[in-house]
Amino acid sequence: MSLRMIYIASNTFREAVRDRVLYNLIAFALLLSGAAVFVGQISIDIERLVVINLGLTAVSLFGIVIAIFIGIGLVSKEIEKRTLYTVLSRPVRRWEFIVGKFLGLAGTLVVNTFFMAIGVFGALLYVSHKFSAADALILVALYFIILEFLIICSLALFFSSFSSPLLSAVFAFSLFVIGSFADDLRGFAALTHGVTRWFATAAAYLVPNFSALNVISAVAHQQPLAGRLILQNSLYALFYTAMALSSAVLIFERRNLK
Amino acid sequence: MAAIEILGLEKTYMVGFWRKRPKRALQPLHLTVEEGEIFGFLGPNGAGKTTTLKMLMGLVFPTAGTARILGHEWSDPEVKAQIGFLPEQPYFYDYLTAHELLEYYAQLSGVPGKERKRRVEEVLQRAGLTDIKGVQLRKFSKGMLQRAGIAQAILHNPKLVFFDEPMSGLDPLGRREVRDLMEQLKQEGKTVFFSTHILSDAEALCDRVAIIYKGELRGVGAVADLTSTVQGKVEVIWQGTRIPASMKALGAECHVTGDTVRAVLPENQQDAAIDSLRRERIRLIAITPLRTSLEAYFVEKLQHSQTTAGKIS
Repeated sequence: MSLRMIYIASNTFREAVRDRVLYNLIAFALLLSGAAVFVGQISIDIERLVVINLGLTAVSLFGIVIAIFIGIGLVSKEIEKRTLYTVLSRPVRRWEFIVGKFLGLAGTLVVNTFFMAIGVFGALLYVSHKFSAADALILVALYFIILEFLIICSLALFFSSFSSPLLSAVFAFSLFVIGSFADDLRGFAALTHGVTRWFATAAAYLVPNFSALNVISAVAHQQPLAGRLILQNSLYALFYTAMALSSAVLIFERRNLK
Repeated sequence: MAAIEILGLEKTYMVGFWRKRPKRALQPLHLTVEEGEIFGFLGPNGAGKTTTLKMLMGLVFPTAGTARILGHEWSDPEVKAQIGFLPEQPYFYDYLTAHELLEYYAQLSGVPGKERKRRVEEVLQRAGLTDIKGVQLRKFSKGMLQRAGIAQAILHNPKLVFFDEPMSGLDPLGRREVRDLMEQLKQEGKTVFFSTHILSDAEALCDRVAIIYKGELRGVGAVADLTSTVQGKVEVIWQGTRIPASMKALGAECHVTGDTVRAVLPENQQDAAIDSLRRERIRLIAITPLRTSLEAYFVEKLQHSQTTAGKIS
């Protein structure tokens, strides 16, 4: 990995911190502590279930919103404000810029998720008074959520390499919604025939399969997760992210910065 | 070795939404800039100066042609470690301080870690940015941003510096300081290529200039040659407001300004004019061969282009 990518990534992280992106943690903390106190008062025996479901869903949604709204501006904002001119007039390759930006945003989301995870475990301790061995599965769910962020970041970056921020946000958010129902889409494709089947199957495999990455409910219900799933999801996320980033690089390498 | 060799670079953009049509921003351009010179790239707004600079920086891709910078292809990223670039009306990461910005750019330019702090302080000093520690760039005035832009362009001690409208946004004192800085860069053996439409700056600074208009190169040469003696005329200046009849008889065009008279007359009448002033006991201040200004040359080139275009159409 080139040092220049690391410098670009750390500057992207610094930008997110200075633009007060991590302030979302305050909203998250308020939401989670409020929910923990509230659930502790009204639920009987399902406090743990509710806190894990609510906590992990909030981690996922907060992160997705940050990934999309920062991701779509990573390239377009730099072009629009012309800050890119003094970066690319240095010995920086365009692909280094794209990958560096991606790593910076991914790093921001990992740090954000780390603090949120502390919040989730804190809330869980508050309602359950102790941790059980099954709670370790929350870490797997958090890992899958981070994989989800990597895919969304790379998609937002991909759209931002050729489209306006607004359209990029629409595209990325649409893909997130469709991808969350990827399993249903595959099921639908299996029920159809002819050209429709062909198109539905292509669409089902083209959109990111976020439903496979969502194990929040299973973790909340303490259902075991297959070790193979972790490997499959890791490889899938790695492949999808690499493809989206490579496409972003291919487009950006040819783009005139007018 | 030439610092810059532009070999037929041209750029055509496709414009329009539905029906795309070509718009030529730069006609094939051939230009050579020698090492160690200050070269002015002159032209009115929209002439193609910035497009040329952006192509040399790899920000915009040429439709045809190529260029060599310090002996390397323009597209070679490694050559960029040896060049500095100030874009027109620069804008930077406004959440950073000038020190942080320059530290970041020093990292990207490959300045060794041990040297970074010293280089940053040095170029901030040279660009006239002092007492700005801890101040974010979002609080900088336009002139201060321009100075920060100049600092980042020379930060990594480049051999060749490109400035796009470097005087823009600066007050007269700031312009003077930038002119001095450019002269210092030349004395250090660096090549300076700068675009401007402020001709007095170009005339005061440049060894050679090129004039570009509507994407086409209209003229190139040494400033001294372009502003050479005009039609064998001399300018005679004397004290007072009186214009002797004998001077008029020599065909002098006289203008009174304050308590001096400025007369322009044919060079072969110079001795007669001196004799005339001596006879009239008038105090002579100066006699100088009349030279055309760069501005006059520039206007002539542009007018010539317009006339030619008019005739063609």
